[in-house]
Amino acid sequence: MSITYLEAIREAQYEALRNDPAVFLYGQDIATFGGAFKATKNLSKEFPNRVFDAPISEDAMVGMAVGAAVEGARPIIEMQFADFSSVGFNQIVNQAATLYWRTNVPCPITIRMPSGGTAGSGPFHSQSMEAIYAHYPGLVIVTPATVEDAYWMLLDSVQLNDPVIYCEHKFLYYHLKADQIGDHELPIGKARIARPGRHATIVTYSAMVHEALRAAEELQLDGYSIEVVDLRSVKPMDTDTILASVARTGRLLALGEAFPWGGVTAEIIARVTTEGFHLLDAPPMRLNSKDTPIPYHPNLWKSHRPTTSTIAGALRRLLRY
Amino acid sequence: MALAPSINCAETDLTADFRDQFLLTYQHMLLARVLEEKLGSLYRAGGRIVGGVYIGKGQEAFSAALGVQLRKGSDIYGPLIRDQAGRIAYGEPILDCVRTYLGTITGPMRGRDGNIHRGRPKEGLLAMISHLGSLLSVVAGGLFARRQAGTLGDSIGATSIGDGGTSTGAFHEGLNMAAVEKLPIIVSIANNQYAYSTPNTRQYACENLVDRAAGYGIEGVSVDATDLASCLKAFRAAVARARSGGGPQMIVGTLLRLAGHGEHDDASYIPDKARQGTSARDCLAVAEKFALDHGWMNSTDLRELNEEVRLNVDQTISKVSNEPAPDPFKENWQALSSADLVEGQHEA
Ligand SMILES: Cc1ncc(C[n+]2csc(CCOP(=O)(O)OP(=O)(O)O)c2C)c(N)n1
Repeated sequence: MSITYLEAIREAQYEALRNDPAVFLYGQDIATFGGAFKATKNLSKEFPNRVFDAPISEDAMVGMAVGAAVEGARPIIEMQFADFSSVGFNQIVNQAATLYWRTNVPCPITIRMPSGGTAGSGPFHSQSMEAIYAHYPGLVIVTPATVEDAYWMLLDSVQLNDPVIYCEHKFLYYHLKADQIGDHELPIGKARIARPGRHATIVTYSAMVHEALRAAEELQLDGYSIEVVDLRSVKPMDTDTILASVARTGRLLALGEAFPWGGVTAEIIARVTTEGFHLLDAPPMRLNSKDTPIPYHPNLWKSHRPTTSTIAGALRRLLRY
Repeated sequence: MALAPSINCAETDLTADFRDQFLLTYQHMLLARVLEEKLGSLYRAGGRIVGGVYIGKGQEAFSAALGVQLRKGSDIYGPLIRDQAGRIAYGEPILDCVRTYLGTITGPMRGRDGNIHRGRPKEGLLAMISHLGSLLSVVAGGLFARRQAGTLGDSIGATSIGDGGTSTGAFHEGLNMAAVEKLPIIVSIANNQYAYSTPNTRQYACENLVDRAAGYGIEGVSVDATDLASCLKAFRAAVARARSGGGPQMIVGTLLRLAGHGEHDDASYIPDKARQGTSARDCLAVAEKFALDHGWMNSTDLRELNEEVRLNVDQTISKVSNEPAPDPFKENWQALSSADLVEGQHEA
């Protein structure tokens, strides 16, 4: 028996629906059809009247979730692709994110965002929106990189009394399998040491965790041990774990699949240089996708985003300094 | 083209029950008018009001005629910019208004948000955000959740918007969604002919906004928004239909805004020609005359009512004037309700 990242997301939704009658699912094509990626497959069969098809109205989908949350519901909204959440941007950053601050009424909604690139997806079906949303106070942004986290962090998100942007990576849907879902170990807000090491730290999240782990293995052959920190949630960001890791290794590579300007890697480097400058033996380095829209052809796409070999190259430069 | 119906109040509608509601609504309108005049003068005097002042002069009848049909605490109301009268009619105490305008810590927004952006969402009164059109789907969501939970009963939702706000994508998305879900929601559109300074001709190309209702598959009626009797009749009918499962209803009221967009705006873009004609009538004066003509009030009632309302407003403002402002050192600067997820230690 094994379970994929996608199945874990489905299982978590099943559990959330089973545990709490206040939970419902709303999104395009998620009922009978089971969702564009089948993340809600059979859920409407198992929970009739709890899983609804939405019109193609991302703004209204989020607005309705906020209104429902005020009335005590705990909606899970599925964006068909994270990219389309830009249509609901206003409701996310102005309505949902400000509700508690303004009125003292919590806003327990979870917005699932199928994020990141896959081959042949192109500019409008590949984007990573986590940094955009993390910029706004009042939102929690989670980026699960493992089957376990996909499952537990979704359940945690639904239980949280705040709006959560749940960034699930489409590349991991089928590529990532586990024998079973392990125990619930870390809460939202805590990073995980995905691989311990002594010579350099890679801080990353989501699908890039796996590229980073492969790069670390490659460098192992050269005699270097690389520590990989999986952020798990980019907001809140577990700065203590990052600093502790940099204290052990003295070198930092901040890695992300998203566009380079601003963003999560910039935030990691800002925190380490302002709070842990003295820990560094080399200037911190960052690696992101290229600063262009995300290309369609697999050849272009593969060299647009960081890969095991570009990460390994960056690490070698970092270690040589 | 079959146009949506237009509501006029016939003499035969004037039952005792209607008269009582008319007089009650008139009082709400008057209170709103006096309160807003006072807020306007405080604004011009400077120093007391935090931020801008947005008033609904000329829209009180249309706004209050909806608010008065709603049941506070059980119906969901999402008022917008010019709904002071509707808020009062719904049951929002004017203390909430004054405290929010003055930004005191005692108000529902505790100085964190101001003027018209106030509400008590848990009590059915949503707190609007500035972004026009975005409230419709929130009201719809509240109704949706109640229907899910089996607690909807015959409660309904209502929200309003101006002619300009109807051009937003959010408005269209929200209305379409509410229609698809057949939710009991009243959407009231105050067509006051100008969105800030932009005239209707630059805002939409259909003949009458109410014609859009058909496109969403919902009921729509037009009403002379300067005439309280007609407004009451229209909203009574719409609310009754919504409560009994008739789905979303759209009511479009025609009027002219009798003030600037905000108190900072002298509305010089409104041509004199627009200021003549039926839609430029002052709804408060129209209602007053109607009540006097029908012998429902006399001039003494009117004078006494005015004195009472002014006293109420003055007392409220002087009470709030002595209430504390927020203190940045005592403020809890956290935007999440989950305190353990707040990033506080990394302020460098
Ligand atoms: C989405 C959005 N764009 C712009 C504004 C700025 N704005 C505030 S009120 C207003 C005019 C609104 O006109 P209308 O909806 O007709 O209502 P009225 O003020 O006439 O009552 C504008 C442009 C806004 N609040 N929201």
